[in-house]
Amino acid sequence: MTKKVLIADDEPNILISLEFLMKREGWLVSVARDGIEALAAIHRERPDLVLLDVMMPGKSGFEVCAALRADESLAGIKVLMLTAKGRDTDVAQGLGVGADGYMTKPFSTKELAARVREMLA
Amino acid sequence: MSPALIIGAALAYLLALFGVAAWADRRAAAGRSVIGNAWVYALSMGVYCTAWTYFGSVGRAAATGVWFLPIYLGPTLAMVLAWPVLRKMIRISRAYRITSIADFIASRYGKSAALAGGVTLIALVGVVPYVALQLKAVSSAYALMTGGSPDAPGLPGAWWADTTLYIALLLAGFTILFGTRHLDNTERHEGMVAAIAAESVVKLLAFIAVGVFVCWGLFNGPADLFARARAVPEVARVLQPAARFAYDQWFALLLLAMLSVIFLPRQFQVMVVENVDERHVRRAAWAFPAYLLLINIFVLPIAVGGLLFFGTGQANPETFVLSLPLAAGVPWLALVAFVGGLSAATGMVIVEAIAVSTMVCNDLVLPLLLRRKAFAQRELTGLLLGIRRAVIVGLLLLGYVYFRVAGEAYALVSIGLISFAAVAQFAPALLGGMYWKGGTQRGAFAGLAAGAALWAWTLMVPSIAKSGWLGDDFATLLTHGPWGIGWLRPEQLLGLGGLDNLSHALFWSLLANAGLYVGLSLWKPPSAREASQALLFVDVFERASAGRVFWRGRARVADLVSLVGRFLGPERATSLFLGYARRLGRQGVEQLDADAALVHFAETQLAGAIGSASARVMVASVVEEEVLEIDDVMRIVEEASELRHVNERLLSLDRLKDDIMSSVTHELRTPLTSIRALAELMRDAPDMDEPQRQQFLGIVVTETERLSRLVNQVLDMAKIESGHAEWHNSDIDLRALLQQAALSTAELFRERGATLVLTLPESVPALRGELPALRADADRLTQVLLNLLSNAAKFVPREGGRVELRLTTDALGATIEVIDNGPGVPLEQQQLVFEKFRQGGDAAHRPQGTGLGLPISRQIVEHFGGRLWLRSEPGAGSCFAFSLPWAGPKDEETRP
Repeated sequence: MTKKVLIADDEPNILISLEFLMKREGWLVSVARDGIEALAAIHRERPDLVLLDVMMPGKSGFEVCAALRADESLAGIKVLMLTAKGRDTDVAQGLGVGADGYMTKPFSTKELAARVREMLA
Repeated sequence: MSPALIIGAALAYLLALFGVAAWADRRAAAGRSVIGNAWVYALSMGVYCTAWTYFGSVGRAAATGVWFLPIYLGPTLAMVLAWPVLRKMIRISRAYRITSIADFIASRYGKSAALAGGVTLIALVGVVPYVALQLKAVSSAYALMTGGSPDAPGLPGAWWADTTLYIALLLAGFTILFGTRHLDNTERHEGMVAAIAAESVVKLLAFIAVGVFVCWGLFNGPADLFARARAVPEVARVLQPAARFAYDQWFALLLLAMLSVIFLPRQFQVMVVENVDERHVRRAAWAFPAYLLLINIFVLPIAVGGLLFFGTGQANPETFVLSLPLAAGVPWLALVAFVGGLSAATGMVIVEAIAVSTMVCNDLVLPLLLRRKAFAQRELTGLLLGIRRAVIVGLLLLGYVYFRVAGEAYALVSIGLISFAAVAQFAPALLGGMYWKGGTQRGAFAGLAAGAALWAWTLMVPSIAKSGWLGDDFATLLTHGPWGIGWLRPEQLLGLGGLDNLSHALFWSLLANAGLYVGLSLWKPPSAREASQALLFVDVFERASAGRVFWRGRARVADLVSLVGRFLGPERATSLFLGYARRLGRQGVEQLDADAALVHFAETQLAGAIGSASARVMVASVVEEEVLEIDDVMRIVEEASELRHVNERLLSLDRLKDDIMSSVTHELRTPLTSIRALAELMRDAPDMDEPQRQQFLGIVVTETERLSRLVNQVLDMAKIESGHAEWHNSDIDLRALLQQAALSTAELFRERGATLVLTLPESVPALRGELPALRADADRLTQVLLNLLSNAAKFVPREGGRVELRLTTDALGATIEVIDNGPGVPLEQQQLVFEKFRQGGDAAHRPQGTGLGLPISRQIVEHFGGRLWLRSEPGAGSCFAFSLPWAGPKDEETRP
């Protein structure tokens, strides 16, 4: 069965590129434009993996991730955080709220695709 | 009981105490200090309670009822009210490595060797009676326990047969073991403090044990005890409150005790020198008074119990603690009480002797020795210890002599009060020095000298005269005055009668002391050295004072290291300097600069070992110094505070820069992410269909434009903020400027399907005759207008969008408003939109902005003396407006 990927980012152009990339990789893709929309989509779509931007209006990526991890019914969903802030403290915070991985922007599309494949394997 | 048993118990106790000290020292060496604990600190203060408390208080209570109390209420008041004073003393002593009260006072008044010596002499002479008191108490107790008469302990015999002498020597030996075992003079006496804390527990428990025995063993509880006391007229008299409340005497005693609890050399030692953590003071501020309360609870019951048991005048009340259990046939309890009393006496003697030996060694002996050529170049660590040991033996022997001379004439409590009055003389110079920068060495010295002289004349001389030791002729001094001069009588000086001898002495000595201190200090201003030390002491809590070093001259690192090595040992000196170098980020001692800070460091290390006055002299002998004038001191203070200001500004700028860098990084990475991702996707898919490729390329171009805009605006912002922006001011015609701006944005509004309405007054009045109405940079104002208009265009609804650009004028200036019919700005975002990199609205509208437009606009408007603000009600559109005053900034023409 094809795995589902949810992309949450408030930058429309990044959303466009990620959507194209994930579709090319053969995943089923849905998108969300802010933190609140992302949480709703997670409950609705039950994706296998979320590509989660950190700096989003409404709810930050950290908050979305924490809420997701706090919900037993959503267990098993993988989270890959994406952020334009690459400081060590941000990485630590991301992993602290239960993200499975962390990539800084700008990222290599190849690396990101490989990372997603590996996490969904 | 047999002397062997008593001596055996005493020795066993002292050995146990020594065991505690050795254990604490071992723990300290292993890095697990036992004295880093507020309870141990508070208990070690219990050294205040000596044999005086243990035996003397009961004697006093048996004679005068509640009169034993002020000596404990004083310290309670002092700790509860004046703990901040104590904290400041600790901070000062820590900062400048002060190890005694003599050093404290001398250091404050320009590191004066004369003052240090004077304070030491007063302390030495003052504590001798106190030491004698301990000896008297222990020897009376020993005599009583072995069945002799407590009132004439060993007196008839010659000195070599006197047990008291051997007690004195034994105590001296133990003190040497406790306090001067280490070759390192500057280290704290961890073992001693632990042992003192243990002693405080022992004497408290022993005293309470006797109290419980008297109350419930001999009588049926306190109620029964006091009921019976009231039935016996002689005893009831003791409990009766005096007909007239003796305010003067209470005041004198309270004041004396308040000052003593801080200024007695042993109290200064445990409370200030041995303190490891300032925060412990807070706990001690109530724990120590609580200790005093506990140890005093049973004083009155024991006194009354003794009077009832033996009958008044039948036994010496000062030994009730021992005689009651003995007479009641409970010898083991008497032995416990004896050990408790011994504990109280040894604790006092050990700490007092260590404190006094440090002072005598550093402030009396060393300055004399250092003048002699023979000592000038030797290593002196061993010698220092030898001197201290000799001083300890000497102090105990002096105490013994005083005991032989005057010990019989006075009760324990009276002897103790003589000592209290001596150390009270430190109060004006010490407290004044901590809080008043104007105090001078001259004033302090004169005050101390006068206070000490009057103390000796009004208290010490009478105590010796009353002993009859110098013959009856000498005793007439008290009744007729020297050479028959009546107004010089020691206990009625200048005819002042009607006071008890203690209040009388305290009144005259403190009056002369404080009067001379203040008077002479005001008479001539302090020297540069005194003024600089005054600043270091009084401002010790101010951050500005950290890093102030009042020294100028030339020095060599090697000289300083070898100097410190002579007193602390070469190895310790090397490791101290290496530690200092490491803290500065240097690899080794040889990389240090011999600057003022290093000289100060060396001097402070030396001060810990030999006192600040001697340290000053020694450092001066190995460096070339410039003499500082008072102006230099003031300049150094100013430079230091200026430096601190600059540092603080740099720090806050640094933090600001960090925040901005973090935001700029985020803003730069976001478009870069799209550009890189899309470019990679196109590279990896050569067969991508054309419309898709066109969309991607379009985004790449847009994002590149966004990057350029961002770079430009960041640079623009940086220029304006740093004051490097160029301003080409000219006379502005606002009507024309607004019309131009409307034209420039016409295309933008057409694209958005919105209308732009221009509302202008008929003409802009030129004020004050021919003067131009407004001077500003036309391009910059246009930049503001375009920013506000394009923002408005972004937020108006897709259908029926309407923006109004309105100009109004009044007497003060012009106001330009940009009013849209968009969604408005939510209240919580109204301040936010003016912050850098914060954008309002939702994501879909954002890619156009950088989050810098409004902050830049605001900076520009404010540059011309105007104001930019937002008025908006959510759902009812928003109005961004700015005002410009007619008289702009003072013609600030083009700045290159």
